[in-house]
Amino acid sequence: MADTRSILLVGVGGQGTILASKILSAGLVEAGYDVKMSEIHGMAQRGGSVSTQVRFGDKVYSPIIGRGSADILVSFEAMEALRWLDHLKPDGKVVVNDYKIPSAPILLGKADYPEGVIETIKEKADTWVVDAAKIARDLGNAKVMNIVLLGALAKAMDLTDIDWEKAIRDNVKANFIDINIEAFHKGMEAIQLAYV
Amino acid sequence: MKKLLTGNEAVALGAYEAGVHFAAAYPGTPSTEILENLANYKDEVIAEWAPNEKVALESALGASIAGARSLAAMKHVGLNVAADPLFTIGYTGINGGMVVVTADDPGLHSSQNEQDNRYYAKHAKVAMVEPSNSQEAKDMVIKAMEISEKFDTLVLMRMTTRVCHSKSLVEVGERKEVPIKPYKKDLSKYYVAPAVAKQLHVVVEERLKRLEEFSNETDLNYVIWNTDKIGVISSGIAFEYAREVFGDNASYLKLGFTYPLPMKKIKEFAEKVETLYVVEELEPYIEEHIRAQGIECIGKDKIPNIWELNPEIVAVSLLEEKPEIIEYDKSKIANRPPTLCAGCPHRGFFYGLSKRKNVMITGDIGCYTLGGAAPLNAMDTTICMGASISLGHGANKIFEKYNKGMKVVSVIGDSTFFHTGINSLIDVVYNKSNMITCILDNRVTSMTGQQDNPGTGYTLQGEVTEAIDIEDLVKAIGVKHVRTVNPLKLDELNEAFDWAFSLDEPSVIISRWPCALKKLTEIDKEEFKRPKGKCTVDVEKCIGCRRCVNTGCPAIYFDRENKKSSIDDVQCVGCELCMQVCPTKAIFKVGE
Repeated sequence: MADTRSILLVGVGGQGTILASKILSAGLVEAGYDVKMSEIHGMAQRGGSVSTQVRFGDKVYSPIIGRGSADILVSFEAMEALRWLDHLKPDGKVVVNDYKIPSAPILLGKADYPEGVIETIKEKADTWVVDAAKIARDLGNAKVMNIVLLGALAKAMDLTDIDWEKAIRDNVKANFIDINIEAFHKGMEAIQLAYV
Repeated sequence: MKKLLTGNEAVALGAYEAGVHFAAAYPGTPSTEILENLANYKDEVIAEWAPNEKVALESALGASIAGARSLAAMKHVGLNVAADPLFTIGYTGINGGMVVVTADDPGLHSSQNEQDNRYYAKHAKVAMVEPSNSQEAKDMVIKAMEISEKFDTLVLMRMTTRVCHSKSLVEVGERKEVPIKPYKKDLSKYYVAPAVAKQLHVVVEERLKRLEEFSNETDLNYVIWNTDKIGVISSGIAFEYAREVFGDNASYLKLGFTYPLPMKKIKEFAEKVETLYVVEELEPYIEEHIRAQGIECIGKDKIPNIWELNPEIVAVSLLEEKPEIIEYDKSKIANRPPTLCAGCPHRGFFYGLSKRKNVMITGDIGCYTLGGAAPLNAMDTTICMGASISLGHGANKIFEKYNKGMKVVSVIGDSTFFHTGINSLIDVVYNKSNMITCILDNRVTSMTGQQDNPGTGYTLQGEVTEAIDIEDLVKAIGVKHVRTVNPLKLDELNEAFDWAFSLDEPSVIISRWPCALKKLTEIDKEEFKRPKGKCTVDVEKCIGCRRCVNTGCPAIYFDRENKKSSIDDVQCVGCELCMQVCPTKAIFKVGE
């Protein structure tokens, strides 16, 4: 429906898109929205291209969207942003991780990783480029890249009033809470810096 | 209190609240999490992994006849395996309430076909409900149990991937304890000899008439009235898409109870609207019933019956409303197919097997199906659970007689072997097939997300149990030549292949090493030690021959410009397969 907003998170199986979406949905529910989230399990997860869709508003019907419908595309990997760009509204926003994961045909030398991916996306849509991998590594754990991007998303979508720290605490293991909260704030800062 | 739950979590919660006492399933995407979640209610619910779906459905029937409320869950193709008991339960009916969940997979996210299991309800003459979201999934399990007991029928609950794996808000309730019904021996109901079944068929037809009356009355089938211009009849996830597209510009007949269909309600609704759309994913199940009554409607003449729907497809098909899309060149984007994980024991196995000439490799359903993809390319067929061995046997019989140069190697996982592979191996021994059966025992059911099975030594609810020894089992079946190997030791594996290829009787190679993703159990730790350190490439020694790359390891990258391999230390788990295939010893271990 008209007031429903749609977030599309894409990446590569194993990058933690599902956990990020889980925290995102938890925060949105806590904030009083009706929320639907759709994820993919099974065969498609094994290093393949994965997508999670989160939709929120007063009343949400469909859990998934077609092309030209996402308000924001958050891509955990550069080429995946290009694969899914047609799902973005023409005036939609993109948060893209400046991070490349070569797919099987590229590893095998049967295809090239496309050049100028980020430049193409920037030409086509309002885009923030976040070096989430570097931020995560600087924090001491490359795996929290997903939460860095979640922080960036929250800032880019202007969803900063939500109690994200609680959503993180409720959804990650106890000894990873602090680093994930830190990662979230670094992600928000990355968007702020991009504004300057 | 409201909670954000997947459809599968909601089914489990509904079953718990409905007082279910017994549940069984074989894991299969997109149904797996139903039993995983039910298993958490250890005090109230007996929840089990069955070796296959037929066994799951039959155990659930046994629990029902014994007086319990029971549930079985499976993916769509699993219901094919369970079809035999399903059709006869249609005749016998139940004692305690009984529901079977079928989780269909439109779009084939993780399946070998996209069959529409709604036809099973009609074919097996059992009632059917179809939820559209998680709240309905929960409510319908509770309602289905009541319908089951009221009408003495099994209820088929048909879900689809997007209902199973989408999260939406669900109101959490309390469990209502339901007493176990008395067990009564009743030959006229459960002893389905021909004379009994003949009488039961009469009962079934009468029951269906009463169920159709119920279908016309129940609030599971309801009207949302907005306008007389456009009417939409829909069920399941397709209803949510239709609502998204038409909003308040259409009236809806929302069908939640879809067998028998409420034909009276449908006729009344159709008469009131100028244009009638039937919005269904996959087959024209509802539409066929409507057209058979001579009612005009627009459905599959516009909406595709292949792959899953979404709001865009519904809008384009019915309203010719094309979305505005950002245009760009997609041709340079490389594919990203799923791959075997770094450190996967199947990689070593398929690398070794791929070097054999004049073989037909019959594969099966599991992660190892990926052994058929590039660069391993070590599989000729994959059809359905267990087919690798039996299909291989049939092919082998023909090769033995007409094409002597060919050898058959069948490949099946541990869980799939327990599922339906055992019968097929009996066929191989009984009918004397000189073929090689390889059982890839990675100590867990992997593809569906690390479930226990009869070989792991643990039950679904975490109890220690007898671990079936595959080697003893195949020997008991009558296979005289059996070897167990570590597939990540290529010398050991290749020697076993040489040995098996030289035999003129059936043989079994058990490839035994735990899944790279498996958290080792206490039992596992006694037998296996994970490798330490990471593999890395000495660039000076690398000659760019690509052998390591051709193992298909996602941690190994080949730079086309400087013609050297490199290994990503984040992904590498140090399995050492690449070290074994490198001809110049350019790969070495660090951090051991």
